[in-house]
Amino acid sequence: MNPFSYARPTRIDEAISLFGPQSRYIAGGTNLLDLMKENVERPKQLIDITGLPLDSIEETADGGVRIGALVSNADLAWHALIERRYPLLAKAILAGASPQLRNMASTGGNLLQRTRCYYFYDSTVPCNKREPGTGCPARDGLNRMHAILGHSEQCIAVHPSDMCVALAALDAVVHVSGPQGERRVDFRDFHRLPGDEPERDNTLAEGELITAIELPAAGYAEHSAYLKLRDRASYAFALVSVAAALDIDGGVIRSARIALGGVAHKPWRDDAAEASLIGEAAEPPAFDRAAQLLLQGASGFEHNAFKIELARRAIKRALAEAARGTAA
Amino acid sequence: MTEASANADGIAICSITIKLNGEPRTLEVYPWTTLLDMLREQLDLTGTKKGCDHGQCGACTVLLNGKRINACLTLAIMHDGAELTTIEGLASEDGLHPMQTAFVTHDAFQCGYCTPGQICSAIGMVAEGRAQSADDIREQMSGNLCRCGAYPNILAAIEAAMPETRNRVGVFEAGASADGHDGVREVKP
Ligand SMILES: Cc1cc2nc3c(=O)[nH]c(=O)nc-3n(C[C@H](O)[C@H](O)[C@H](O)COP(=O)(O)OP(=O)(O)OC[C@H]3O[C@@H](n4cnc5c(N)ncnc54)[C@H](O)[C@@H]3O)c2cc1C
Ligand code: SF4
Ligand code: FES
Ligand code: FES
Repeated sequence: MNPFSYARPTRIDEAISLFGPQSRYIAGGTNLLDLMKENVERPKQLIDITGLPLDSIEETADGGVRIGALVSNADLAWHALIERRYPLLAKAILAGASPQLRNMASTGGNLLQRTRCYYFYDSTVPCNKREPGTGCPARDGLNRMHAILGHSEQCIAVHPSDMCVALAALDAVVHVSGPQGERRVDFRDFHRLPGDEPERDNTLAEGELITAIELPAAGYAEHSAYLKLRDRASYAFALVSVAAALDIDGGVIRSARIALGGVAHKPWRDDAAEASLIGEAAEPPAFDRAAQLLLQGASGFEHNAFKIELARRAIKRALAEAARGTAA
Repeated sequence: MTEASANADGIAICSITIKLNGEPRTLEVYPWTTLLDMLREQLDLTGTKKGCDHGQCGACTVLLNGKRINACLTLAIMHDGAELTTIEGLASEDGLHPMQTAFVTHDAFQCGYCTPGQICSAIGMVAEGRAQSADDIREQMSGNLCRCGAYPNILAAIEAAMPETRNRVGVFEAGASADGHDGVREVKP
């Protein structure tokens, strides 16, 4: 790691005003320090935000829940309110990383973790995300874990988070505080597709701090499922994951949310696919149609084309699991 | 944390105080010193192993305020005031920790490199109170790899030592705060 200076503010405004062009916030450190050891990140200053008062989980006035950015992934997954009302979120978190990492990793940091593309991690090779304009070796290289949806000429990386797939399906809102004040960002507008600017993973401005994630009241606790497919049974990133949430009345679907992980630069949702389920019987034919709509326009590369069929089957299975009722 | 002195580039070396295996210790660390390097390089506590240095193997697992973490992916400077327990701190005058004894009696290692991390992780898992079955243990110990493949005996050792370990460490209450200081029963390794 390169030398850097260190500060540990205790107030949010103090943290934001300390932020300069070569600063990084650090929370759990599990992604940032990893990247610093590989020289992918080279900050001159670390602003340790773990002293900020952002570690509580509270019910909101409209029946939702507000999760502080510093709540650890483990504490969030095992919080009674989350287990009971948002089991989809609890399951997605527990499908990610390892128990040790989940004890360290924060809610805010999880949203901002970078891609696990091998070329991005290797600072001796070109990569448009790491050094814009140098090229994308993944396109013609090792691309087994890469995107099948929403990729661009410049970058075919995927966002690796499990938690974010559930947050996308649950229509979470990200609370942000920055030099220009506070704002709220809908989850679907938080991460972005690579387009011509693969170096930008999300829509945060420089120096902006995530303070909280808010969940609306609807938690789909009765009918949800998180299905993660990967190369080993645990402690591996998703090849494909699906967060499926249904509201079912008398066997008929009243509303549906589906988000895909491991397939794109952001958790993937498709309004048409979700709308196609409404008013339909919660049965395989409807799930099949939704899967087809979600994967419309999917295209793979040399080593990852298998993910298209894998995703289709995963979507159908996750929807069927959700329809049967959330597993204990 | 206080600034103790500065090096040639004007970057501060800081002084932190931690309770390490029950003893208060004041240490001078650079901002970039990981908790793992502090233990191994500065304090010569080499029981905690460096397998991958990237959070991928669990060999560096220690108990920070009673919770298991990877010492390779955190900075020492971030833990001023914390309580840290490593494999060296588990035994007492009465002998080995029950989890250590179980690893010996069940022959739960071959080369032993992953063992300190496995043992600390298993104790942390018991304190979390979420493992009820053998499958739960397998899943919840998946953050600790064993290149020798001693997994069946590791599982057997943990199953055997769970009740006694639970009596010793207590169990975290649900919804404990992120830093492990509030909302938890007192947890002793
Ligand atoms: C071996 C390994 C396996 C893993 N497997 C999985 C997996 O299967 N699934 C999965 O989802 N994840 C996985 N992870 C990733 C892990 O979940 C993330 O590293 C973690 O969530 C990041 O959180 P953190 O608090 O440690 O972030 P940090 O490393 O502290 O920060 C990450 C980034 O976010 C910024 N940041 C942090 N907090 C804030 C804030 N509040 N406001 C603004 N900026 C902020 C930092 O500046 C930094 O750029 C794995 C990680 C490792 C090392
Ligand atoms: S896929 Fe994106 S992150 Fe990977 S090498 Fe190409 S540009 Fe870099
Ligand atoms: S050395 Fe820390 S996880 Fe491998
Ligand atoms: S005993 Fe050799 S790595 Fe586990």
